[in-house]
Amino acid sequence: MNPREIVKIQNMSKQFPMAGAFFTALADIDLSFRAGEFTGIVGPSGSGKTTLLNIIGSLDVPSRGSAIVLEHSISDLSHKRAAQLRNRHLGFIFQTYNLFPVYTVYENVEFPLLLLKMPAAARKQAVQEAIAWVGLSDKTDSKPPQLSGGECQRVAIARAMVKRPELVLADEPTANLDAKNSHNILQTMEALNREIGTTFIFATHDDKVINYLRRKITLNDGRVVKDEIASGTAGKKAKS
Amino acid sequence: MIRFLVKGLLRDRSRLLFPIIIVTIGVLLTVFLHAWIGSLMSDIIRSSAAFSTGHVRILTKAYAENEDQIPNDLALLDVSEQLQRLQRAFPEMNWACRIRFGGLLDIADESGETQAQGPTFGMAVDLLADNRAAEMGRLNIATAVVRGHLPTRSGEILISDEFASRLGIEPGDQATFLGSTMHGSMTMGNFTIAGTLRFGVPPMDKAALIMDVADAQMLLDMHDAAGEILGYFPHAIYDHSRAAAIAAAFNEPYSHSQDEFDPVMLTLKQQNGLGDYIDMAEGFAGILVTVFIIAMSIVLWNAGLLGGLRRYGEIGVRLAIGEYKGHIYRSMIAESMVIGLVGSIIGTAVGSALVYYIQVHGIDFSSMFENSGLMMNMQVRTRVTAQTFYLGFIPGLFATVLGTMLAGIGIYRRKTAQLFKEFEG
Repeated sequence: MNPREIVKIQNMSKQFPMAGAFFTALADIDLSFRAGEFTGIVGPSGSGKTTLLNIIGSLDVPSRGSAIVLEHSISDLSHKRAAQLRNRHLGFIFQTYNLFPVYTVYENVEFPLLLLKMPAAARKQAVQEAIAWVGLSDKTDSKPPQLSGGECQRVAIARAMVKRPELVLADEPTANLDAKNSHNILQTMEALNREIGTTFIFATHDDKVINYLRRKITLNDGRVVKDEIASGTAGKKAKS
Repeated sequence: MIRFLVKGLLRDRSRLLFPIIIVTIGVLLTVFLHAWIGSLMSDIIRSSAAFSTGHVRILTKAYAENEDQIPNDLALLDVSEQLQRLQRAFPEMNWACRIRFGGLLDIADESGETQAQGPTFGMAVDLLADNRAAEMGRLNIATAVVRGHLPTRSGEILISDEFASRLGIEPGDQATFLGSTMHGSMTMGNFTIAGTLRFGVPPMDKAALIMDVADAQMLLDMHDAAGEILGYFPHAIYDHSRAAAIAAAFNEPYSHSQDEFDPVMLTLKQQNGLGDYIDMAEGFAGILVTVFIIAMSIVLWNAGLLGGLRRYGEIGVRLAIGEYKGHIYRSMIAESMVIGLVGSIIGTAVGSALVYYIQVHGIDFSSMFENSGLMMNMQVRTRVTAQTFYLGFIPGLFATVLGTMLAGIGIYRRKTAQLFKEFEG
């Protein structure tokens, strides 16, 4: 049986006003993502990867067509409903980590659970578990400025994963990391995908990430030019 | 969640400490400048009070009607008893007798013939008695001495330096005053010039004479009499409502009497058109303070605005994680209220303390005017009023919160994706 479809995009376009005209960032996109995927949207800079990720993440809305995410039509969501969707079901990992610098690792990871109003005991357990997944149990009281880039990105992964979202959207998660840290991060995410079943969608043009993908969607000038099953060889090698 | 936000606020200097410092400074400046402008605008009032009107002034009804003629024949009698009664009834005030008079000052040569002579305007104040320090300080006489010294005993007088030069006399020389007593007969008295003064006021510099009040009473045959009794509030600050209340209480027993020798108490505002001047001065001070408050409000409004704009990126991430826009907006406003309130309280407290310190001790600018010899009050004194305690909150609290509210509107206007792009930028 096929896993359920969690994202369905039909005939979707996105335009931005620019100098009195409109710039088309995405055109006639038809895509579908199923639960448990480890998929990448690849393409050169300006191809529309981040815009597509933003729409899937309900941070932006389509100009035309539809984007259904976890049975919610992104175009029809109010600000409040979009925030609820993100809060309960989506996790974000950013290129620049976007951690809160004055909070500790523990507090950064705890933040999404505070928004969910989770009871303190359950929250503590979930935070400790998420920090343990990314191997930072000895750094819970450290603050982001005291951590390396790789450690910061692992905190960002823990923050995205702590509420066990159905879908994690990662925008260039390895762009600021060296090769070794990139592989560590990707192995961590791949393990979480396998063990917890979380769906990961990446926006990337980094070959190190591409090597881990099991599905690769190539965008160029805002259009899908290729949608293919990838080998995910790096992930397999890591497993073996 | 509130604890989480408070923790962040306390740890982030750029969100808490620096904005509080800016608000504190802004509020402090507002509080201090308001008091300072008020004090400068009232400088003429202070000088007028010190030299002629007092904060309240008692004279006979008849003297009041012919004041321009300085009619000492209509002077107050039994002033010692009157002073004691006043001291008992209004102990917060300092009371002083004054006598104004006119006459000739004659300088004789070795053979006793007139060498030089000139008309003089005299003012008798306490130069030797218990109230000496208060009167000397009020009139700034000590700093106005150009040559010689202050009178130390009966029979010594001070005259204006220009007058002394014109008459060709030096401190230590003898001079004879010729005038009329309060009863209209001629009087003469020999005095030693103790020192000369420069008042900085042309009419007085021409021919003024300062004499001890006891000497003047003897000279003018005004036994236990004085032209006027002046009353002063502590720290030389005029309080009109209090002055009016004191005057009303004092005048009440004489209100139905037709006796022209009954005393009458006038407030500063009831004399020499000062009421109109005070109203105008207060109007100008109000305009200046309003302009400054608006300017300071714009500064703090901008600080609040920039503080909000600087955090657009952080807001974007919080939105991405799933926080509601309304929640973020309210938390920003709550934060700015805390900052505005804390800054306003600290600024008002420090500003009020500073204003109070200068109210009590004053700032003495006399050393800057050593050569001017101005007899104006060189002690600038600010004043703590009810406004001191709330005025700073206008820029401190309201402008800061308003700035943040306007900055926060961007949360609603901008696309969420745009907000967190700014964080990454």
